[in-house]
Amino acid sequence: VEVYLPRTLDEALELKASHPEAVPIAGGTDLMEGLNFGSFRPEAMMDISRLGELRQWRREDGEVFLGAGVTYTRILHELADHPAWAQAARTVGSPQIRNRGTVGGNLGTASPAGDALPVLAALDATVVLTSAADGQRSLPWHQFTVGVKKTTLRPDELILGCRWKAPRGTGSYSKIGTRNAMVISMAGLCLILDEDERTVRVALGSVAPTIVRAPEAEAFAKRALTDAGAWEDPDAPVPHGVFTDFGQLVAEAARPIDDVRGTAAYRRHACSVMGRRALTWAVEDRRGRPGD
Amino acid sequence: MLVRTKVNGELREADVWPGSSLLFMLRDDLGLPGSKNACEQGECGSCSVWLDGDLVCSCLVLAAQAHDREVLTVEGLAPNDDPESLHPVQQAFIETGAVQCGFCTPGLIVAVTDLLQQEPSPTEHRVREALSGNLCRCTGYAKILDAVFLAAERMRAGGSP
Repeated sequence: VEVYLPRTLDEALELKASHPEAVPIAGGTDLMEGLNFGSFRPEAMMDISRLGELRQWRREDGEVFLGAGVTYTRILHELADHPAWAQAARTVGSPQIRNRGTVGGNLGTASPAGDALPVLAALDATVVLTSAADGQRSLPWHQFTVGVKKTTLRPDELILGCRWKAPRGTGSYSKIGTRNAMVISMAGLCLILDEDERTVRVALGSVAPTIVRAPEAEAFAKRALTDAGAWEDPDAPVPHGVFTDFGQLVAEAARPIDDVRGTAAYRRHACSVMGRRALTWAVEDRRGRPGD
Repeated sequence: MLVRTKVNGELREADVWPGSSLLFMLRDDLGLPGSKNACEQGECGSCSVWLDGDLVCSCLVLAAQAHDREVLTVEGLAPNDDPESLHPVQQAFIETGAVQCGFCTPGLIVAVTDLLQQEPSPTEHRVREALSGNLCRCTGYAKILDAVFLAAERMRAGGSP
């Protein structure tokens, strides 16, 4: 194993161009397990935890750019302006893991259980990639992760970060596992309610080979809130059946399998419960902040 | 490869296998066995140390990533192995009986110290969340919680070094 320690992004991209086999390592929370147990023996690795360009996030013209090297601890404390981010970050591992683990790691590993990924999907985020040869390119999230642990990242590229249009409105992240801490998600759900576009967007993790959205549930929620007059008046009553039916439609978007963490049937049920609760919370949140 | 790291305030060098974790560098190359090796996958917290001030599992840090950085281990909390100069968290663990087999203790001491440095008066819920990455298979955690609150009280009263 050869290890490179680039100090700048340019240096890292030159290295990646000349040594495409070098596996980038940031927080190491996924990769080190394989190294420790002997199941992962790369020819070369590249420490990208020193690259300042990856460790920043900023607002730019109504959009948010989040660097690939921003840790979950920082997201929890600094990106708290959208509740879904803080909630998702807080479910990741333990303080030790959140101090190291990064969004870039979730993207690069591309496990459907990555807790940041449903948030990015519900935000309609793009993934920003960069290489020495071609500079930056952006891909919608669903064109980046294309299968279980499969991405369209080229060997000469690094993940720079991700970008999304900051929605005005509430939302949440829910996760099912055997404990509150230190669990890999058995099912995860992010709901984003966008006041300007008058949409409800919902994304599911751990219940399909990639993150999936639930378009029928989304269309149903938009219509139901319109019919109730709730977009204009958050206090307008929304019929009880809407929440249950929404949960049902969310569950129908899942394509789960039985595995060591849970059964497909349990995952599908969890999706319906999380969907119902997430829409209920969103509607209640809007009532709590009528002037927003 | 040669890794140069400031450990407990002292500049140290180790010639490590490039795939080695910081935990193995500390234990095998630098003679600091206080950080324990148990799960090697970040589940148990027995190897907790500070890397540039952040609480981390040293088993999940590539030793090379600690090059030119600062590491503080449990050994750095009570200088010179002097039983008279224990850190208030260490003293509280002894007095409350929070140590049984002792294997998880160094990691818990580090994690508790990290918590109390950030939050001098945490609620029980916050303590449980902050220690969720540290496993103890003996105590059932009740005595550990007692130790946290005793240490917090003493540190608030000025017992912190």
